[in-house]
Amino acid sequence: MALFQVSGFTSYLELRGQILPAGQTQLVDRTNHYNFGTKTQEFAVPLGVDPSGFLKSCNRDGGVCIDLNHGTTTLAFKFKYGVIVAVDSRASAGRYLASNDVNKVIEINPYLLGTMSGSAADCQYWERLLAKECRLYRLRNNQRISVAAASKLLCNMMLGYRGMGLSMGSMICGWDKEGPGLYYVDDEGKRLSGRMFSTGCGSSYAYGVVDSGYRDDMTVEEAYELGRRGIAHATHRDAYSGGVVNMYHMQEDGWIKVCKEDVSELIHRYRKGMF
Amino acid sequence: MISSQTFGDPGKMRDYHYTGPVEHRFSPYAFNGGTVLAVAGEDFAIVASDTRLSEGYSIHSRDSPKCYKLTDTTVIGCSGFHGDCLTLTKIIDARLKMYKHSNNKTMTSNAIAAMLSTILYGRRFFPYYVYNIIGGLDEHGKGAVYSFDPVGSYQRDTYKAGGSASAMLQPLLDNQIGFKNMEGVQHVPLTQDKAVQLVKDVFISAAERDVYTGDALRVCIITKEGISEQTVPLRKD
Repeated sequence: MALFQVSGFTSYLELRGQILPAGQTQLVDRTNHYNFGTKTQEFAVPLGVDPSGFLKSCNRDGGVCIDLNHGTTTLAFKFKYGVIVAVDSRASAGRYLASNDVNKVIEINPYLLGTMSGSAADCQYWERLLAKECRLYRLRNNQRISVAAASKLLCNMMLGYRGMGLSMGSMICGWDKEGPGLYYVDDEGKRLSGRMFSTGCGSSYAYGVVDSGYRDDMTVEEAYELGRRGIAHATHRDAYSGGVVNMYHMQEDGWIKVCKEDVSELIHRYRKGMF
Repeated sequence: MISSQTFGDPGKMRDYHYTGPVEHRFSPYAFNGGTVLAVAGEDFAIVASDTRLSEGYSIHSRDSPKCYKLTDTTVIGCSGFHGDCLTLTKIIDARLKMYKHSNNKTMTSNAIAAMLSTILYGRRFFPYYVYNIIGGLDEHGKGAVYSFDPVGSYQRDTYKAGGSASAMLQPLLDNQIGFKNMEGVQHVPLTQDKAVQLVKDVFISAAERDVYTGDALRVCIITKEGISEQTVPLRKD
């Protein structure tokens, strides 16, 4: 229509196409079940409602109770012989314990690990997508992706959905040309490099334990014991953490899985030192 | 908000109720009840569900099972909002056909589980209100159970209960199949007959104490010979 074009009016759809990066994801106008999203991933959004508060508002009516899997304590620290990564294994949905043996470390490749805390589905999905991007990078550039670049990719994915209610706190650990690498990435788009991080609802307890025992020139066995203690004490005091301690050690020639120990047994062992 | 009618004639008790404005809003979800259970054995898997479809205080149907056959080696149990269960199973069936046409092979159980995770996550901001449990045989012929949350977080288990009576059934399964909190007991692997009997007993208990579970129990047993179904009556009250 002539007036349409002369007035320079751009319809909402066109405008959105310009703002949003063409690429992996697309917002569809109406909730459509049968697009299948096989070529490009699509996300359905409730119309006219703020997505981050939508689920909570539905939970009040008629017996509907949608609880998503949540919760954790994870920690990672760098020391002289590499990076130690230790996580618990509990997933809670509201007040119900959905599972006590979830794997919260994703093995992206033999030189990269990602931890998961916050919403289980968000972490699993985005870190699996990160694993795909890392693999594509390796195929296209014939060299492994650096830890800084991998964490940047994840951070940018999170920034694309900022404010929509995602919940993810992750640590990307690896060993690349610069040496051992440890980055913390979260759903707000924060990305920090550091020597030691702990995430999740039990993180304050883990920080206390690891800060008091940390020395840069620890032996490998001492570092393993520190990681184990950090998680064990955090699960002891935090209701939403528990299960087993899964520990990995990132070395120069790749990561190794150190142990998978039940926290109640660990607490019994430490009991002699406790009151 | 205190109603001015609280203080009426002396000696007369007034009704206490809220008299201010109330927001009513259309909820896209409803809770239709139902419980689903899956157990994985050495060379078999069992998926069982009750057949009651309820909403609020009413029962819509006594014959609405929640297990859906996907392939010859995989069955999915979906409980929660019946509308979303129907749509989700339709989408899964369509995607299975698409895979078969493109790749000339049937999807394996773990591939179906990974696919379902991305289907559910595509609705991260407006979820399908469905609690899914997939039971089947993996590529090596061993039993596999995959449990999901409404937005696609999943993991492989040995046994899992989902739906309205899940909080009652899961501890019982932890004790009987996982031997948790039992001392001095030998960990014998679960035989198929013992597993089927256990599932029936467990649902009878659930029907006793959960209002949304009852009427009948549909059990699907998946072995390399195929899928066999049994229906067992439960309490109808």
